[in-house]
Amino acid sequence: MPESIKNRKKEWERTTLKKVLERFPEQREIFTTGSDKEVDRIYLPEEELKGDYLEKIGFPGEYPYTRGVQPTMYRGRLWTMRQYAGFGTAEESNSRYKYLLNQGQTGLSIAFDLPTQIGYDSDDPVSAGEVGKVGVAIDSLKDMEILFDGIPLDKVSTSMTINAPAAVLLAMYIVVAEKQGVSRDKIRGTIQNDILKEYIARGTYIFPPAPSMRLINNIFEFCSTEVPKWNTISISGYHIREAGSTAVQEIAFTIADGIEYVRNAIGVGLDVDHFAGRLSFFFNAHNDLLEEVAKYRAARRIWAKVMKENFSAKKEKSMMMRFHTQTAGSSLTAQQPDNNVIRVTIQTLAAVLGGTQSLHTNSKDEALALPTEDSVRVALRTQQIVAHESGVTNTVDPLAGSYYLEQLTDDIEKEAWDYINRIEKMGGMVQAIEAGYVQKEIQDSAYRYQKAVESGDRVVVGVNKFTVEEKEPAGLLKVDPALGKIQAKKLQDVRNTRDNRKTSDTLQALGEAAKDTKTNLMPFIMEAVRSYATLGEISNVLRKEFGEYRESIVL
Amino acid sequence: MSEKIRIEIAKPGLDGHDRGAKYIARALKDAGYEVIYTGIRQTPESIVATAIQEDVDFVGLSLLSGAHNELFPRVVELLKEQDAGDIIVFGGGVIPEEDLDFLKTHGIQAIFRPGTPISDVIAFIESTRKGHAA
Amino acid sequence: MELVTDILAGKTRAVARAVSIVENNSHDKEALIDALHDYTGHAAVWGITGPPGAGKSTLADCLIQKERDAGKKVAVIAVDPSSPFTGGALLGDRLRMQTHAVDPGVFIRSMASRGHLGGISAGTLDAVKIFDAAGFDTIIVETIGVGQTEIEIIELSDIVMLVLVPGMGDEIQAMKAGIMEIGDVYVVNKSDKDGAQRLKAEIEYVLMLKEQTNGDPSPGILMTSSRDNTGIDELHIHLTQLYHERTRNGMLSVRRKKRIKKEMDDIFNRKVQDLIEKELSLSANSSTWIEKVYRKEIKLYSFINNTLAEFERSNKK
Repeated sequence: MPESIKNRKKEWERTTLKKVLERFPEQREIFTTGSDKEVDRIYLPEEELKGDYLEKIGFPGEYPYTRGVQPTMYRGRLWTMRQYAGFGTAEESNSRYKYLLNQGQTGLSIAFDLPTQIGYDSDDPVSAGEVGKVGVAIDSLKDMEILFDGIPLDKVSTSMTINAPAAVLLAMYIVVAEKQGVSRDKIRGTIQNDILKEYIARGTYIFPPAPSMRLINNIFEFCSTEVPKWNTISISGYHIREAGSTAVQEIAFTIADGIEYVRNAIGVGLDVDHFAGRLSFFFNAHNDLLEEVAKYRAARRIWAKVMKENFSAKKEKSMMMRFHTQTAGSSLTAQQPDNNVIRVTIQTLAAVLGGTQSLHTNSKDEALALPTEDSVRVALRTQQIVAHESGVTNTVDPLAGSYYLEQLTDDIEKEAWDYINRIEKMGGMVQAIEAGYVQKEIQDSAYRYQKAVESGDRVVVGVNKFTVEEKEPAGLLKVDPALGKIQAKKLQDVRNTRDNRKTSDTLQALGEAAKDTKTNLMPFIMEAVRSYATLGEISNVLRKEFGEYRESIVL
Repeated sequence: MSEKIRIEIAKPGLDGHDRGAKYIARALKDAGYEVIYTGIRQTPESIVATAIQEDVDFVGLSLLSGAHNELFPRVVELLKEQDAGDIIVFGGGVIPEEDLDFLKTHGIQAIFRPGTPISDVIAFIESTRKGHAA
Repeated sequence: MELVTDILAGKTRAVARAVSIVENNSHDKEALIDALHDYTGHAAVWGITGPPGAGKSTLADCLIQKERDAGKKVAVIAVDPSSPFTGGALLGDRLRMQTHAVDPGVFIRSMASRGHLGGISAGTLDAVKIFDAAGFDTIIVETIGVGQTEIEIIELSDIVMLVLVPGMGDEIQAMKAGIMEIGDVYVVNKSDKDGAQRLKAEIEYVLMLKEQTNGDPSPGILMTSSRDNTGIDELHIHLTQLYHERTRNGMLSVRRKKRIKKEMDDIFNRKVQDLIEKELSLSANSSTWIEKVYRKEIKLYSFINNTLAEFERSNKK
């Protein structure tokens, strides 16, 4: 910082500031971001000019991508508005998707119910009560055919939140497309396929790390030649943040997960530039607007460096961090649910000012139940208003150059590197998870945050301040409790009408293939799916070969 | 040495959102209780077996998937079947207001929804505990 | 006592209640334990100890399975520390054994240390007796052991396993702290990790020194990985054989008599203390006495000796 500014600052502190502080002290001694990072009173050019602009910030569409992955960003094309949806039966979800596409949504995002996510059929005893609750129930190819009935798979891109059994659901999707006459190289979409964050934060794992990583490699390899437009993984910080992490922890642990996937894939002989361009990310958008924007910028910069320096990627695409964003579910309150619309608006701005590639906005009633059609529409309209009316899309990375934002970006980057390096020292993410390190760090942050809310140190409007007596809104969405029975009946029909001999042959072949760690399982899973083997049957064959993961808890 | 209140905190069903359950477990420990934490994906059967073996005074259930109407009453039912109906069951999670009556009539003695301060949970434990001693 | 009948019949709720009685040190504890006395002594008691994160609970989980496969009934007592500030405790060990929760042949009980030092809780020993009388064949007691003070596990077990893992940096620490002295069996867990062989060599070295100085036979060192189930069979066979061997050569009864002696000493001490408290109204009078000692009106030793002699005389009358 030039001497003149430095001297002027001292003078300002002595005179103007001092006078005011004496009469009107500030509201608190220490100001912090939503993630508890200390914030200074003002930021000055000194902070901004540390390091070289061209090296650290540069131009959009160029390394290190701090300002964005495309040179024109939203001037060229808006982000994809993609509302995560799905509940009940395939029929019900199918009509919700058609509704959303009619409302101007540009991509589909499929929510599966928990039995599907954990590889159990709807009639399995452990599925009791859970069928169709948090997403759609998919038991076999039959359900998947219904789910996409009348939706042309060469026209939409589809994101599927599926992890442990991702290979199976992807196989089903490919087969449905084929039946529609759409070839594999035409379909576009994403599978989440991020098992590490399941162990860390989300909990829908099935197999232990080693075979899970193998399945992921199988998908990378298969898609790089067969399904080239498919995003094979969505490395997710969203759930890490929902579990209570800070912004720094969110990107640090997500990137550490990414490093583990890349290292694994290279380890089995895949060429980094062959698969890295199809890696995508998924982040949270929380309430602290500027901290969130800085977070996305720092994450892009770190990933570019990781890919270039650690993994010697050559293609630009391999170094670009492209990401989907969802507004923070955990920030929604059951109290005064209308306030959630405003929270989601701020979070939408954060994601857009941070340069997201696609966005899901939460609905105001989601702290109470699954969203109704009306509240989903308001959530989508929020994105559309930011896109078309707010003006923030007119220029690329509009907040760059703010003294505060650039400082925050640097700070977040530095703290994230500290975590990443520590995890590397522990032997990588799998080791860090098994030691419980990552889970413990997140739990401690979550505990501190909750304590601060309870003490009133952190204000949550409508919850610990500005509360009112209220009645809950009527007309919340309810999933039919008889759904489990309906789905079980459909499943029975599938089992009665398929060629059971063929099904058991394909399942047996899959089991055999699983024994040899060198074999790619995708073709075997495709055959099993085609013969209408159920998700539970396929998963059980693999459970038998791979074993099951058990939670490593640290309290 | 005096008697300690023992509380089982469990997650029935399949959802893995254990942030709330872990917070409650830790906060109750800090309030001086002995908390037995069983982790995610517990069946009503394993929750009840745990409650009995651990001789707990309370069972706290946390669920965010919406399967509470099926799973919470099942826990109460199994406790009664196994002659342990005196163990008090409470719950928490994403639970719509309209389900509260149903759960109450099925033996769930309190439901703590998002945003409830831990002091409410402690007050509930202390009042029902005294009620039982009297 | 109806409770005793129910415990002997192995009724879960009764057994659980009984453990609470000893844990809470309720007034009917003594009668209960005496009533069960004749029915104890059948169960094999295995102690598992080691630093946090060594994988003790997961190892216990594997051993439960092995014992169940062999047709044995198993009880597990998992002890964790209580918070010294709030008295609360977070007991999460059973999470790793939860697949056995609904097996009627398995009983898992978490106990908080409740201020008791030594790695176990004051009620643990009596809880072992209850499970023994209730017909459990094997009782596994799991404790955290990181220092010299947490060694009461030796006194209550027939066999103690010390579980260590490579790469935690505490191998040397553990040896310095002296817990290396306590194992009958040493388990290098997570043996697929780097440094497992080195850890094994380090333990061998320490044990060799011990053998040279004491002439004790070297205990076994076993390599396990509960993650992929390697070495569990070997460990289980080793434990079973060691137990039989000790039954045969009389070591088991020597050890159990030691346990009784320790218990007897403890109870005598506690009872005598209670007696003195009662007869001399210790806590009521102590502030007066302290004041007198402080003001040099009385001398510590002669005062106490006189008081006790007086107490003795009055009791003889």
